Amino acid sequence: MLELRNITKIYNPGTVTEQTLFQDFSLTVEEGQFVSIVGSNGSGKTSLLNIVCGSIPVEAGEVLMDGKNIGKLKEYQRYAAMGRVYQNPAAGTCPGLTMLENLSLADNKGKPFGLSRGVNRQRRDFYRQQLQSLGLGLEDKLDVKMGALSGGQRQAVALLMATMTPLKFLILDEHTAALDPKTAEIIMELTDKVVREKKLTAMMVTHNLRYAVEYGDRLLMMNQGQVVMDKAGAEKAATAIDDILEAFNRISIECGN
Amino acid sequence: MVDLLTGTLTQGLVYALISFGVYITYSILDFPDLGVDGTFPLGAAVTAVLLTKGVDPWLTLPIAMVVGGLAGFFTGFIHVRLKVRNLLAGIITMTALFSINLQIAGSNLTVDRGTDTIFTSAPVMALMGESSNMARKLVVSLVLVLVVKLLMDLYLKTKSGLLLRAVGDNAGLVTTLAKDKGRVKILGLVIANALVALGGCVVCHEQRSFSATMGTGQLVYGLAAVIIGISLMNYYSASRLARGLRKRRGLRFLASPAGTTAVILGSILYKLCIQLALSMGLPANMMKLITALLFLLVLVLSGRKGEEIIHA
Repeated sequence: MLELRNITKIYNPGTVTEQTLFQDFSLTVEEGQFVSIVGSNGSGKTSLLNIVCGSIPVEAGEVLMDGKNIGKLKEYQRYAAMGRVYQNPAAGTCPGLTMLENLSLADNKGKPFGLSRGVNRQRRDFYRQQLQSLGLGLEDKLDVKMGALSGGQRQAVALLMATMTPLKFLILDEHTAALDPKTAEIIMELTDKVVREKKLTAMMVTHNLRYAVEYGDRLLMMNQGQVVMDKAGAEKAATAIDDILEAFNRISIECGN
Repeated sequence: MVDLLTGTLTQGLVYALISFGVYITYSILDFPDLGVDGTFPLGAAVTAVLLTKGVDPWLTLPIAMVVGGLAGFFTGFIHVRLKVRNLLAGIITMTALFSINLQIAGSNLTVDRGTDTIFTSAPVMALMGESSNMARKLVVSLVLVLVVKLLMDLYLKTKSGLLLRAVGDNAGLVTTLAKDKGRVKILGLVIANALVALGGCVVCHEQRSFSATMGTGQLVYGLAAVIIGISLMNYYSASRLARGLRKRRGLRFLASPAGTTAVILGSILYKLCIQLALSMGLPANMMKLITALLFLLVLVLSGRKGEEIIHA
């Protein structure tokens, strides 16, 4: 379970460009819930994810992970039980390392990085199997440098890497936005599969309203630091893309976009 | 002529140790560490004092490395924990070390002829006492550099080494692996500066002297060696010869040499170029000018201009 309690987030505090994004913001994501978050630019979607991950500081409020306050934990410490996939496919992998080296790094998450061999040959078949399940023909490219692969391929590997070791939470930050429609579809299906299989609690920010409707079991719409639509379960299942689009347009007009 | 070549080769090998350190900071960590100009004479200062005090010459190597590692830790701490920009963190260390080096050595130091160095130590003399001084220096340097190279190659393939390469390539990924990227950077700087100080130590054995200004231009030297080496290696890897070798099972390892091999070759080549320029009659005072101009030439020719990160 992920909880944000009474969060206040102010950008550029104490300057002329001071801007309050969140004021007393609270949100609870139940265990095993897959939440899609939509909203216009600047509505606070990505800030929300960054606050959960500890990438940006908050002025007030608490972040709780399974009931424990993680506000004092550093960003890297929070990733112990959490994975994250970014919008930029280059962000989730090391371009100068081979795919095998990348996967080996991810495979070792949570264990010490000592002086034993970095690449475990015995895991090669396992990686091959995992890559085969992606259906992108990556299983023969283990020794290719990550930087030589396409954006879609990299994002698929990034998703694989982020969810390789046991974890409870998955943060998806517009992770299909930079991909072509077909690849985006593949990545989205993979995401859904891994979230279900590993019973993850997931938060996904997306600009694709169809994905928000089709995937996940809860839908949030954000606007100016507030949740303006929150549909879960059967209510969400009954929501059509037009309903969301209509709400989206209404907000946009109010904001003068 | 043979003497000149042997001497240049030895110099190239000894300075490859410094280039190894620069390879780690610049190529792997993507951290332009100017502290090198201070750590190099630091290694020499510590060594000069220890040799004068009669410490076993071989013992000075690990000691110099530990002291150099401390300097690297200092740079890393300033950058990571005090959040000072990497270039400035190195400059602070470099400047501070100038005084510290003089504090350690007292003043410019000369190690007198009677004192044993690694090149005249008992085990070396037992093995090649008959050989000339120059030959001994060459062989000892070669063995030393190869040992360090092999250790580095092994290390870069360990989990820790992999994480080090990852932090320079994509620091954000290291964070999502639940590892403190700052700590990994500091580790890299410690290792790099330990290597640079080792270079200073061996140079001190070779020259039998320490001078406070001997560090000037060492980073440039190391960078040039690394860039020459890596550029040539990239050129070679794409060549027909390498592609042919890659197809043969037994010879595959020849097709893609390790970055460290490239650095050794780069260092030797660069020393050779400088020596060539000097032997054309330029006074020794012009050496740093030549070093700098050659470096500029290397940057322009390799098309790197120092902005692009090299990942080998």
